[in-house]
Amino acid sequence: MKTATPARKIDSFLDQEYSAGFETLLEADTLPKGLSEDVIRVISAKKGEPEFLLEWRLEAYRRWLTMTPPKWAAVSFPEIDFQDIVYYSAPKKKDGPKSLDEVDPELLKTFEKLGVPLHERARLAGVAVDAVFDSVSVATTFQKELGQHGIIFCSFSEAVKTHPELVRQYLGTVVPPSDNFYAALNSAVFSDGSFVFIPKGVKCPMELSTYFRINARDTGQFERTLIIAEEGASVSYLEGCTAPMRDENQLHAAVVELIALDDAKIKYSTVQNWYPGDKDGVGGIYNFVTKRGDCRGARSHISWTQVETGSAITWKYPSVILRGDDSVGDFHSVALSNHRQQADTGTKMIHMGRNTKSTILSKGISAGHGSNTFRGLVRIAPKAEGARNYTQCDSLLIGDQCAAHTFPTIEARNPTAHVEHEATTSRIGEDQLFYAMQRGLTAEDAVSMIVNGFCREVFKELPMEFAVEAQNLLGVSLEGSIG
Amino acid sequence: MLDIKNLKASVEGKDILKGLDLQVKAGEVHAIMGPNGSGKSTLSQVLAGRDAFEVTDGSVTWDGQDLLAMPIEERARAGLFLAFQYPVEIPGVSNAYFLKAAVNAVRKHRGLPEFDAMDFLTRVKAEMKAVGMKEEFLYRAVNEGFSGGEKKRNEVLQMALLEPRLAILDETDSGLDIDALKVVADGVNRLRSPERSLIVITHYQRLLDYIVPDHVHVLSQGRIVRSGGRELALELEEKGYGWIGDAGEIHAAPPAAGGAQ
Ligand SMILES: Nc1ncnc2c1ncn2[C@@H]1O[C@H](COP(=O)(O)OP(=O)(O)O)[C@@H](O)[C@H]1O
Ligand SMILES: [Mg+2]
Repeated sequence: MKTATPARKIDSFLDQEYSAGFETLLEADTLPKGLSEDVIRVISAKKGEPEFLLEWRLEAYRRWLTMTPPKWAAVSFPEIDFQDIVYYSAPKKKDGPKSLDEVDPELLKTFEKLGVPLHERARLAGVAVDAVFDSVSVATTFQKELGQHGIIFCSFSEAVKTHPELVRQYLGTVVPPSDNFYAALNSAVFSDGSFVFIPKGVKCPMELSTYFRINARDTGQFERTLIIAEEGASVSYLEGCTAPMRDENQLHAAVVELIALDDAKIKYSTVQNWYPGDKDGVGGIYNFVTKRGDCRGARSHISWTQVETGSAITWKYPSVILRGDDSVGDFHSVALSNHRQQADTGTKMIHMGRNTKSTILSKGISAGHGSNTFRGLVRIAPKAEGARNYTQCDSLLIGDQCAAHTFPTIEARNPTAHVEHEATTSRIGEDQLFYAMQRGLTAEDAVSMIVNGFCREVFKELPMEFAVEAQNLLGVSLEGSIG
Repeated sequence: MLDIKNLKASVEGKDILKGLDLQVKAGEVHAIMGPNGSGKSTLSQVLAGRDAFEVTDGSVTWDGQDLLAMPIEERARAGLFLAFQYPVEIPGVSNAYFLKAAVNAVRKHRGLPEFDAMDFLTRVKAEMKAVGMKEEFLYRAVNEGFSGGEKKRNEVLQMALLEPRLAILDETDSGLDIDALKVVADGVNRLRSPERSLIVITHYQRLLDYIVPDHVHVLSQGRIVRSGGRELALELEEKGYGWIGDAGEIHAAPPAAGGAQ
């Protein structure tokens, strides 16, 4: 890094007026490792952000300095050195592969199994797509059609420039920077993400997906997504993280905020397949994500559906705050951990309004040496008259080296609340495998058939094409799980 | 042809089959009878390839191939079918999905085009009618919550769809009422053909009123102790199993209560 400024010098910037201080840094495409107020000023300046956002970031950073990483999750990993991370790196088109021939064949094989079309494979592998297919025009076509409905769908950075008032009004109102260690870190340094705004009364005419938004490819490890559905609006958003990332033990700390006003509906679906590390647990993504929806309006509805098959460590609890009366929150989840993967996931349903309703449906699958933990919190506030929750939490074990844990917590502070909880644990039996194989199926097909059967209730919540992808993904993720 | 020679097998260190010899030619129906615990199911599971059962001696050749060297699914694809004494439940997997996957795995292996959803439904519905199963069973999870009789019909349905070359029915008649028994017998009889071999394991002679076997064998303590024609089954029916000694010798006086236990 030729343009890097020595650390001592950076420190001395701290007390200076920033406009002069980071000039050299600005020329660099990649900042040196480490985090300081100065680095944050550089990030903000590089993105041409308004003053309020810089202040917001700095405040989050100062808050973060006082916090410590959470230790309560049932995952273990070496301590992360937060000064050993690069917090800003401009899109580096040049070091990406230039054609499919340069891409790791293993990666391509995985895409092929997933049925990802060729041009998408190229894009996901990080090949400069412009040569492969005209993604820009695809994105533009979308934007035009959406614009006619008054829908805003763009990268977060773009939204900051074009609709700063909306960003200012809603950012951090669901997940405040002080919420937790990783949320604070994200707030300080987030690089980009998605922004969606559906105006009053508008039903979004198509599924919105990061898949088609070109900027998403270069979105860094600290993404920020903000989705707002005004009164009576509705939207279905797909977050496709099906690109297996190859980097070693990379930290991914995203924040997603959803806001639903009166009678609005937001459906958020994720199929996450970050690189999980190899079978011995080397490499892989640390996925520490804060996702939360705010049913701010009466009769609003927020629904999370997730299929988590990737990452070395997943730490993720998409939650819903049921603030509006008669609002509804759903959480449908499939989490698979194979080899040495660790998944600690679950949800929080915070009932504040009257007659609020939530459903939690969790399917955990553990194979190999994988460990899967479900953590559920259902909190019924004193004023949440007539609140109802139904929780079903099923675990499936493949082999005898894996583990499944369930930690349901119920805090009901209103006597009219009705909370139901069911949990099961089962193991794929040798007898089931033998039966299926006696009918001509391979062990792999038999396992994937049984697993898909186990997950069916969740898969049917996914949009069609995602459901197919999720099924294939489980098959791929389970390869080598049986001897 | 299936040729079993001096087959010895154990499970969890316990010897169950102790030198079993049996030959089944194409087109033949063999009945194997014997008291509980004599090793009938063990024989069927060894032939199908279940890992828990360890073959310690002997050989099994099937149309010139070493059957014991073939993986479980290869045996199935080559046409070996086992109707389980205790069919296994697979929650969450619909019967339709399971049957289609199985049929197509086998068809693919035989170089036949795989069935699409339409072809498959047409075919499976016809077969279900023949075994007296309602269509709703297609959409229920495999064997889950099926009654004993429904599970056995489901086995016969699978057998009909998979068109095996060698079918082994392990006490498919046990616990069935007379109507269900006829369904099973009818399923087997429809399958009878010059190129197919059938092994019918049963505890009771009454199934053999409907499936007339070419040969009857008595299995006792892991060995075939007697072989004969149909009349052997009738003899067993009359005298019960008590008169069969360890070595297959016939005791002078059969026990007072006739019939199987
Ligand atoms: N999985 C097993 N583990 C231990 N013993 C077994 C197992 N399966 C069968 N056996 C034993 O093997 C013997 C033969 O059983 P089986 O073949 O099921 O007899 P049959 O079908 O003739 O009633 C019995 O003594 C039974 O207890
Ligand atoms: Mg038996």
